[in-house]
Amino acid sequence: MRGVRSGVFVLALVPFGALCLRVVQNDLGPDPAKELSLATGEWALRFLLLALAMTPLRVLTGRLEFAQRRRMIGLFALFYSSVHLLVWMAFLLGFRWGAIAEELVERPYITLGFAAYVILFALGVTSPRVMVRRLGRNWRRLHRLVYAAGVLAIAHLVWIVRTDLVEAVAYGSVLLGLLAWRVYFNRGAIFRRLA
Amino acid sequence: MLIKKPDDIKSSEITPQSIYEGRREFLKGAGIVAGASLLPGIATAQVGAGLKAPAPAGLQASPAAPWLREKFTSVSPAPDAEPFFTEEALTPYDDVTRYNNFYEFGMDKSDPSSNSGEFKTDPWSVEIAGEVAKPGNYTLEDMLKPHDLEERVYRLRCVEAWSMVIPWVGFPLADLIKRFEPTSKAKFVEFETLVDDDSMPGIRSRFAIVRWPYREGLRMDEAMNPLTFMAVGLYGQTLPAQNGAPMRLVVPWKYGFKSIKSIVKINFRETMPNTTWVDLQAREYGFYANVNPAVHHPRWRQDMERRLPQTLFDRKVIPTLPFNGYGEQVADLYKGMDLSRYY
Repeated sequence: MRGVRSGVFVLALVPFGALCLRVVQNDLGPDPAKELSLATGEWALRFLLLALAMTPLRVLTGRLEFAQRRRMIGLFALFYSSVHLLVWMAFLLGFRWGAIAEELVERPYITLGFAAYVILFALGVTSPRVMVRRLGRNWRRLHRLVYAAGVLAIAHLVWIVRTDLVEAVAYGSVLLGLLAWRVYFNRGAIFRRLA
Repeated sequence: MLIKKPDDIKSSEITPQSIYEGRREFLKGAGIVAGASLLPGIATAQVGAGLKAPAPAGLQASPAAPWLREKFTSVSPAPDAEPFFTEEALTPYDDVTRYNNFYEFGMDKSDPSSNSGEFKTDPWSVEIAGEVAKPGNYTLEDMLKPHDLEERVYRLRCVEAWSMVIPWVGFPLADLIKRFEPTSKAKFVEFETLVDDDSMPGIRSRFAIVRWPYREGLRMDEAMNPLTFMAVGLYGQTLPAQNGAPMRLVVPWKYGFKSIKSIVKINFRETMPNTTWVDLQAREYGFYANVNPAVHHPRWRQDMERRLPQTLFDRKVIPTLPFNGYGEQVADLYKGMDLSRYY
């Protein structure tokens, strides 16, 4: 259904549009670089969790539309994390490449976040149908890394907590729920392989 | 513990001479203003007149005890030179009061200003404890009575790599400490912030990993340094709750978290106190926490800072200076110490 597809596409761009508006109106507070990096990071995580929720939603509701939107939503997770990475490089580090390289190595939470990004990037590049066909069985193997990306993203979030874990616990529980559902749903296959 | 007995005449009923004279100055000023305009807000704005950084025009005074507001009628302006003053552009009042870390009121920078409406600073008392000749519970009024207020414009460098320039009002911590006569055993001073479940929503959070109360400390020689300041106001006004009302510490050569807010206890100790951040993450935070561009925090690099406010298109990113630019006054305190070890 073309209508649903464009609808989801436009909806997924709303947070980006809202952020652009705040940039133009200079409405990001006294520390806009930090605010923008927090907001884009949070949207990247939300879209990643949303993409992971598509398969359970399809199974639970029996509606195929969820499966059909999975790729687009996953690509939006890549889009928001790309903006997040760019904001960090441009506005927090001013494209000082030496500093960027040092940060990637020396700050564990940045290393973890970047590892999650590399995975999302690889999944994005291999998302077109041509790539699915070309990679064959390896495509599924590669795309299982999305779970690792989810765990890395949550670890990235936990690591920047200063005094209160409430946000990390909330997003972490969603991820845990989605992973637990998969283990439960595929328990037959998992037990067979273990046996 | 010694509890002070109330005198026959309440101390709040005695008007010190300086305030009495200051009141005349204030009335004169108010008279001039009344002649110029009948807007009530202007008289408030005049409180800071004559200071390097008066309150923005039309500012509503934050709720504070009348005797404290009266004390603000005679604040001596900051001098013209470093270290008690800096020519750098001031961070506007709205940013100083709406971008805060005060985790008792919440995690986000805007939480302290929006969640502190229930916070009460009157009555307020401070416990003086430990190695001192005059321990006891003192009302804030007794605590502040002998001290004349002065203005100081300091840089504030947060460990999160942002910074501000803030005009404080207060008095040197050393003057306060001397009054309570610390004994020779007093090697460190420990401070505690109020814990009040009712008015501090951050404390009610089930996922907070801080053990309240918030605690900070200084070595005695750091506490006695002339730069170390006890602030009761900013921009010529009493402190808003989110900035640490009614009384907070300002230690300009250390990361902001050392400058503990809303103090209810000052404890003199022989041993180094266990502070909140060291308690939480000893590998990340040290007791000294001197601003040092050469030693990065595990989460934030410290060689540069974002001077606030900024916009995305006009980003003031400046190099961070050792001891936040106050090295001339304080570097000697750490002679012979390996500052990458004692961070």
